Amino acid sequence: MPARRETPEIYLDHAASSPLRACARRAWLDAAQRHHANPTGSHLAAREARRALDRAREQVASCLGARPGEIVFTSGGSEADNMAVRGALGVRGPSALAVTTAVEHHAVLDPVTRSGGVTVGVDERGVVDLQALANALKEPTAPALPAVSGETVAAASADGPSASGESAAVAVVSAIAVNNETGSINPLSAVAEAARELAPEALLHSDAVQAVNWIDVAAETVGYDLVSVTGHKVGAPVGTGVLVVRDGVLLDPLIIGGGQERGRRAGTPDVAGAAAFAAALSEATEQRADSVQRLRLLRDGLIDGLIERLGDRVTVSAAPDGSDRDHIAAGIANVCIAGVQSEALLFLLDAAGVRASAASSCSSGAQDPSHVLAAMGVPRHLAAGSLRLSLGHTTTSDEAERAVEAISESVLRLDRFDGG
Amino acid sequence: MAAKTRTKRVLVAMSGGVDSSVAAARLLDAGYEIAGVTMKLWGGPSDTGCCSVSDVDDARWAADELGIEHHVFNFGDDFERHVVAPYAADHAAGLTPNPCVECNRHIKFDRLLHRAEALGFDLVATGHHARIVSTAAGLRLRRGADTGKDQSYVLHMLGPEVLARLLLPAGETTKQQVRREAEERGLVTANKPDSQEVCFITTAQGRRRFLSQRIPMRPGRVVDTSGAQVGSVESLELLTVGQRRGLGALGGGSPRYVLDVDAQSATVTVGSLAELDCQATPLTGWRWMDQPVSGEVLVQTSAHGVAAAATIDADGEQVRWIEPRRRVAPGQAVVAYQDDIVIGGGAAAMVAGSYS
Repeated sequence: MPARRETPEIYLDHAASSPLRACARRAWLDAAQRHHANPTGSHLAAREARRALDRAREQVASCLGARPGEIVFTSGGSEADNMAVRGALGVRGPSALAVTTAVEHHAVLDPVTRSGGVTVGVDERGVVDLQALANALKEPTAPALPAVSGETVAAASADGPSASGESAAVAVVSAIAVNNETGSINPLSAVAEAARELAPEALLHSDAVQAVNWIDVAAETVGYDLVSVTGHKVGAPVGTGVLVVRDGVLLDPLIIGGGQERGRRAGTPDVAGAAAFAAALSEATEQRADSVQRLRLLRDGLIDGLIERLGDRVTVSAAPDGSDRDHIAAGIANVCIAGVQSEALLFLLDAAGVRASAASSCSSGAQDPSHVLAAMGVPRHLAAGSLRLSLGHTTTSDEAERAVEAISESVLRLDRFDGG
Repeated sequence: MAAKTRTKRVLVAMSGGVDSSVAAARLLDAGYEIAGVTMKLWGGPSDTGCCSVSDVDDARWAADELGIEHHVFNFGDDFERHVVAPYAADHAAGLTPNPCVECNRHIKFDRLLHRAEALGFDLVATGHHARIVSTAAGLRLRRGADTGKDQSYVLHMLGPEVLARLLLPAGETTKQQVRREAEERGLVTANKPDSQEVCFITTAQGRRRFLSQRIPMRPGRVVDTSGAQVGSVESLELLTVGQRRGLGALGGGSPRYVLDVDAQSATVTVGSLAELDCQATPLTGWRWMDQPVSGEVLVQTSAHGVAAAATIDADGEQVRWIEPRRRVAPGQAVVAYQDDIVIGGGAAAMVAGSYS
């Protein structure tokens, strides 16, 4: 019953965090051993550290279709997202408005909603509703701010738009590239087109944290001012990441006090982290075409295996009509299994060695209802049985097959207990 | 020649408090295979209780100190449906509900028990101060060893079928011993204060604010026992039988108490302390654990109240007090004991027009 270390692990939670790649480990150790100095210094050791940092910057830039000077190293995706949204709002003043989709990661969603911004809906595939986006950009009206602790806030907060209901200037438009829960891929170029036409002054941001394994982020984000990427989704250490900030784009920095990263992000640069991130990102980028092909087969085998074993009670969350999965990232299988409770299912899977997750974990560790599935119109009772299996560079076909067995058996057990 | 049985698996509900931490430790010592779980029940503001992230952290920490697994189950929807929503609806109907009783009935000893079984656990344990005893008639709930901390009142609904799947290790000793044991084991929860009051209502926010967000608060007429109006109140829903404060200025001399709240006609009847006394209390939902007991028993009508001698009609229609007794607010749990063993329970019923 309890999850044991001895049970062979089937790791299907790459979208939460992907195991360290050997190349990243080597790069980290090498840089950490070699570069003991602070790269902002002027002596030889500092200059060498600086060179290593710059090399990492170049490598990352070439993977993301950016110039080296456009790469700002951060502590990861959440910082990059916060920096993009809050930094863009910060330079535009109190009447600035942020517009994003309802299915963003909370690192984008919270800064947007807290500042009184606008969220636009998605369709049942989890893809942004371009018409709704266009409407929001045409008439950028700040909604009444969300109620805080059950109280209705009558006036906009000090850092929000001057008054709710008034037209406000859009400072930033943000769209997630690949959804972290469902794997839904947004049409980034169409979003950019709409934003450029209807809100030409706005900065364009994409949270590409989940995307780099699955799509050509460099090509897809050509028109974007700001792009967030994190290390630990591609097999680099947690605590590494970047925000691409195109030349000439002005952001209010989150962290000041040292002028590092061209004044855009203060703090002693993490040379070893940057080197490891660059190594992992390069490998992931080089292998992307092959691993997309390989993992799509495994992912589809997983889903189809579950449908074969459990019937049509298994639906792909982002393809509810059973249609194609072309709009879903190759390595993500988010399924809703009717009649089971995710929490109970995850417990049994854990005991069987399968590490997976449901919608999203809240800070207490409990499973909270998914805002993403809700925005897609998945009924709450069905969303309660959601399961996210995310594959990655370590996943084997044997693991995928064993996962089908473990999941099916666990679901059938829970059937005897009303789903757990 | 008994077959070698496998170690029993126990899921311990760990609130992040001292009692459940020590309960887990005792079961571990007793050789059970255990895992801890904290239930996330309430997403809104809370003083303490079982829901805040820091309580979950404390429970996780205690579990880690004991070297056991810790999980978190989100039963928020169940809690809303079975505890919070009825709590508000009961107030709207003029009742004085007991949400802890409903949480025990529907969440801890139904939903959690069910989940535990589904996940392959043989038993569930909690840190409640009460005991499970085997009698000739089967398993029964008994008051905890620490009578001052006894929680059998809020667990009175637990019948033999649930008790057979339940362990209450904290109830075997006094609270003081529990705390001492936690200190000796170096558990992080050793010095945590006892949780108080309704876990989903904060002291800062109060019952009035909480209820006013969920139900309409209606003004009411205040009348005396002859039916003459003597005043008015702003929110009928905040009054409970036996209450003296919150009645506004009624004029006149002696203190007056709420005798009855009639939500339908929005009327509050008040009277003297003597008029608050009654000979019998009507019951609803009464359930005997076994055969009805016809003789004198002890009956308790509040969580930390003193039990009084009474008889209970075999059909569970009413409690007849041996000595006159303060009226019991409709909705409050009424629990009967023989010695210190629970033999039945229900709630005080609302009887329309009992005073008006």
